Amino acid sequence: MASLARRRATDYTVKLISTGFAALSLVFLAWILWTLLARGLPALGPHVFTKITAPPGAGGGLLNAIVGSLIQIGVALAIGTPVGLLCGTFLAENGRGTSVGNAVRFVNDVLLSAPSILIGLFVYQLLVVPFGGFSGWAGAMALAIIVIPVVVRTTEDMLNLVPIGLREAAFALGAPQWKVVTFVTWRAARAGIVTGILLAVARAAGETAPLLFTSLGNNGWSISLNAPMASLPIAIYQYAASPFEDWVALAWAGALIITVGVLTLNILSRLVLAKMK
Amino acid sequence: MDATISGAQATGLVTAHKPTGRISDPVFVGLLWGCGIFVLILLGLIIAMLFEGGLPALREFGISFLWSTTWNPVTERFGAGVMVFGTLFSAVIAVIVALPLSFGIAFFLTEIAPGPLRRPIGVAIQLLAAVPSIIYGMWGFFIIVPLMAAYVQPPLIDWLSPIPVIGALFQGPPLGAGMLTAGLIMAIMILPFITAMFVEVLESVPPMIKESAYGVGATTYEVYRNVSVPYGRTAMVGAVMLGLGRALGETMAVTFVIGNATRMSASLFAPGATIASTIANEFPEASTGSLKLQALLQLGFILFVISFIVLALSRLLVRTKG
Repeated sequence: MASLARRRATDYTVKLISTGFAALSLVFLAWILWTLLARGLPALGPHVFTKITAPPGAGGGLLNAIVGSLIQIGVALAIGTPVGLLCGTFLAENGRGTSVGNAVRFVNDVLLSAPSILIGLFVYQLLVVPFGGFSGWAGAMALAIIVIPVVVRTTEDMLNLVPIGLREAAFALGAPQWKVVTFVTWRAARAGIVTGILLAVARAAGETAPLLFTSLGNNGWSISLNAPMASLPIAIYQYAASPFEDWVALAWAGALIITVGVLTLNILSRLVLAKMK
Repeated sequence: MDATISGAQATGLVTAHKPTGRISDPVFVGLLWGCGIFVLILLGLIIAMLFEGGLPALREFGISFLWSTTWNPVTERFGAGVMVFGTLFSAVIAVIVALPLSFGIAFFLTEIAPGPLRRPIGVAIQLLAAVPSIIYGMWGFFIIVPLMAAYVQPPLIDWLSPIPVIGALFQGPPLGAGMLTAGLIMAIMILPFITAMFVEVLESVPPMIKESAYGVGATTYEVYRNVSVPYGRTAMVGAVMLGLGRALGETMAVTFVIGNATRMSASLFAPGATIASTIANEFPEASTGSLKLQALLQLGFILFVISFIVLALSRLLVRTKG
């Protein structure tokens, strides 16, 4: 065994390196945020929110992209939240310990981390090809498939925190299961479930890959779900890779908006979760 | 006597309420099961549709599609070899870089950081996972790629490329964009996932066995290395697999910084392509029903199979810890 002095020195060195690594990861976060602020803030102005995308040099904004993103996320939530909520409830209440429950939990975990671009390809095959074109519906559907596993996971986790005694008390009064779940368990886990939905919104808001082949993007003003629809991530992707300075500037402005939104949702939901536990 | 009466009353209550549940309950329970089964069907559908969409390409090129390194849209000869290689290469770089960082940060968060700082720093590191992929792509493209091309790659090429064998990793012009840059950016992206699971595992180590080690005079690092990490080893391997799975399917960040060249090269600096970046890049040029589109769908199927295996393995390893 090495001498005490050497072991102490090793201990000290590793602690120093580890602290350095933690500092380094914070530096990366700060660096990304700084880049976004430095390049996004100067480009941010009222025109970003009041004008729609326009050819380079024509002084366009991102209004149609922002509205398109909001619509698609809204529809995705309307589809994904009920399905995710019920599936999460299934896992926590009926599926516990059954082989179907275990299989669903496993598949959901895989879907949670599955490459999002493949969800885009899947929806392309499922909705775009048969119905003859890119559409807001297809984009919303792709985002819904992103939303579902997030909601399932948090709903199950949150329902598992609700004491069994609470359910038993309700059952003992003769309440049917649907009443126990809706009036007792869901109500007790309400804050946590809402947090899961917020996290799902944050996840869906930044997703670009699933929208590439589904809602495609749209440079005009369109709020029809049956037509190709603009979205903020797609507009950023299109503009960032362009050779035009004003387009690149708008891409940074859009990137700043998305990141601030997504990080705020994340911090908010973490605060709620911290309070619950 | 009192007890019997209240018991009877309770029974009365149950029978009085039963009719409300008799019809609605099976419907509700059916709905729960339906949504559970739906998730299973969803996965099955995704696999089936990607496979079915790519099947014509597999028929056309045979099983050699999997390793053929030809990708020529002009002559319509397609093979997945270059992209499969690029996907694995860049993801392995990401894991190799992220792994020591995650070990260090997890050590810091569980053993070194003073109590009140632990949560805020942990949350800040988790925020790295929340930043959307496309933001990493832009940051990488506008900030990291020029830095790599100007300051990192030229000296590395000068020093290391003449060395036999490992010199092969450092060949080529300093373009900035390429495998290494993609791997480094993905390392930052998967680091929070690996770290979070490491911390969770390390916090579940029973204090008793750690204290026993401290009791015989071990230093903090020795306890971490010889007690905590071996205790959670299986789940930690699972955490690394999760990081790998994430990196394999990463799309937008990689598309911006990998250089998008459908050539195979062993060099870390060579531009390349991953399955996901190729799909994102070439899809707009592929018309419905074309052989190219079918080849891209087949690529997607291959990526799904690879990520499914890695993610499934990760899940199993994390669960066995129980």
